Formats: sequence, structure tokens, C-alpha cells
Amino acid sequence: MTARVRALETILSEKGLIDPAAIDEIVDTYQNKIGPQNGAKVVARAWSDERFDAWLRKDATAAIASLGYTGRQGEHMRAVHNTPDTHNLVVCTLCSCYPWSVLGLPPVWYKSPPYRSRAVSDPRGVLSEFGVALDPHVNIRVWDSTAELRYLVVPMRPEGTDGLSEEALAGLVSRDAMIGTGLAGRAP
Amino acid sequence: MNGPHDLGGQMDFGPIAPEQDEPVFHGEWEKKALGLTLCAGALGLWNIDKSRHARECLHPADYYSSSYYEIWVKALEDLLLNHGCVDRDELEAGRSLRKTSITNSPLAANNVASLLAAGGPCDRPTTAEARFSVGDHVRMKNIHPAGHTRLPRYVRGRAGVIEEIAGTYVLPDDNAHGRGENPQWLYRVVFDGRELWGPDADPTLSVSVDAWESYIEPV
Repeated sequence: MTARVRALETILSEKGLIDPAAIDEIVDTYQNKIGPQNGAKVVARAWSDERFDAWLRKDATAAIASLGYTGRQGEHMRAVHNTPDTHNLVVCTLCSCYPWSVLGLPPVWYKSPPYRSRAVSDPRGVLSEFGVALDPHVNIRVWDSTAELRYLVVPMRPEGTDGLSEEALAGLVSRDAMIGTGLAGRAP
Repeated sequence: MNGPHDLGGQMDFGPIAPEQDEPVFHGEWEKKALGLTLCAGALGLWNIDKSRHARECLHPADYYSSSYYEIWVKALEDLLLNHGCVDRDELEAGRSLRKTSITNSPLAANNVASLLAAGGPCDRPTTAEARFSVGDHVRMKNIHPAGHTRLPRYVRGRAGVIEEIAGTYVLPDDNAHGRGENPQWLYRVVFDGRELWGPDADPTLSVSVDAWESYIEPV
């Protein structure tokens, strides 16, 4: 693949159809600027600020944009909140749709056949592979991202975190918790 | 199309095996695969639906034996060939052998931030009234189009309930084939797990898809 990709870059550069510096800029954006730290800040704000949380439930795209997170693969956002009764899990069975603006680029497993095939038919089995065991009575809702809506799971706020700052709360929110293959971390 | 990409409900692909502390990229070529795909897309010669269709048109054996960035690279080669950006002998030579007639400007590095921040919203106005309402019981059509569609096989013919009227969006089935954007109402439809997977399914499971109006019929 290295040679094949180098050939493409060379040909397109020589023809003036791409600027290699733009590739570096794109890579830098997703390696250093946009990632799950964005989504964690959204969740921490929702946990800390009832008005923000109400806005997030009503118009996630605008509420998330107010924190500065907009753009590619986050144009049409929905926030889905876990409750004691319902756990949410996000998948794209048809390709790799993922909310880039808040989570960055998807991990390999999210784009691969084992997860994409089984998330909709055996989510408890899938969750067990991530070390997550839900109570048997908890309902599981799987969101298959088949259109341009992008889903962010808002995990339940862990107990014992009442006094924590937003920054400390964000530190408890993993990428997997915002996909639904994990839960928020425990209070320190 | 009933292609290799339509994975919901398939079996025996093995464990998910999440990688601990996974890096954003596994090697330099993955960085280039992402950057080239976005830069080539920014030429404006094709749209996101055409890109997705190019990926799902890979031969199933090729699709299943490729990583996702490999799928992207292979589909990008096909898109570039089909749109006259490169020729096959150039891919083999690894260099440009002739000038291009394409005059579209390349994406400049100093425009990357604004391009990514703007994204590519797919909602479009339409004068049509929404045919369905929240709470309506509906059935997904049992259709098997030969071209691009975003109606997964596992919900075709299955009954569900409209949960949200999500707005009006570009219809991928047309947009992927140059037939125009033809926006339609988009709905979220929720299915009981047993409707999809039979009586032995997890009784706590429900699954939703986002479906364009032409995928849906009244019960």
C-alpha cells in the first residue's frame, strides 16, 4: 500500500490536482486538533449545565457548535443519553459513519466487519468483548447511522462526582463511552 | 446494491479485538490515504455518495480482505480513473505521463481548516409534505436496487415505528449516480429486535435506521 499511495500522490501532484501540503494539514488536524477530547467536553458540559443539556437534547448540532466543534462528519448531530433503563450503542453497518467533529477519526474496529455485523444483532455479545456487562433488564438501543445524522452517546454521570470541575469530568469520558461500547469512568 | 458492505446481521467475522491505546494512524500510508481521499474529493468531481458507492463496488473478496484505508485507496483509484484524472498506465508507472485537462483548483493547505470546519451539509429544502408522522407504524420496502442505496438488507420488509422526522436530505440513491440530489424527507425508524432477528432475539433490543421516504411504505 505504501507504494500505491505514493504513486497516487506523485501523479496527482505532478498534474497539479493536489497540493501535498494540504495532506499534511489534514493529517495534523485529525492527529492533533480534533479527537474524542472534543466530545468529552460536550458530555462534561451536559453533566454540569442543565440548560446546555436541554439544548443538546433539542438541537445537538447547535449546542455542540457553541463549544466550537463543527464541520465534516458532524454537520447533523444527535445526542443520545444513556439512562438507568436504556443503554445506547452507535454503529454504521454500511460503511464507517462516525461523528468526526466530536470524536475524530474512527478506530479500526469500528470500521471492520466483526463490529459492523454484530452490533445490530448481538449487542450484548459485542459489549462483553469490551468488558461491559449490563444488567439483564437494561434495554439496549442500537443506532445504525445509515444517513447523514451522526450520533454522540452521552453516558450516565458516575456517582460521587458532584464536586468535580468540567475539566475533571471530561477526563472520565472515554471515546468508547461516547460510542456506547464503554461506560464513563469512575470518580477518582 | 446487495454488496459486501451491507454487514448488519452477518456472522462469523471473528472477534472485534479493540486495540488498546490505538494510534490515530497505523503508518504513514494511512495518513496519505486520508489526505489524498479528502484532497481529491475537494476537486468537486464527485460527491460523498459516489465515494461510498465506489467502495461498496469493490469485489467482495477484495473488500473483506482489505483494511478500511485500503478500501479507501482502491476506491479512490477507481474514482480517479472513472473521472479522467489518471490513466491506468500512470498508476502502473507511478508518475504522470500526460497533462490533465481538468482545470479544477487543488485544495490549498491554507484552505483546509475552513473546508473541514464547514463540512458538507446534506440537508436541502423541498416543497414536499412529509408523508409520515411520528408514531406511525410503517414497513421498509422489500427492494433490491442494483445501484447505491442506504437501506440495509436486514430491515427490508420489516415493520417499525417512526421516531423522528429528521428533515429533508439529498437522496443517496440518485446522487451516487448523477441523477441529481432530489431531496426527500428522512425519518428515523425503530424496530423491535424480535422483528429483525426472530423470536429468540434479545427482548431488550431495539434498533433504528435513518431512512428516506422512498424506502418506507405504510403498514
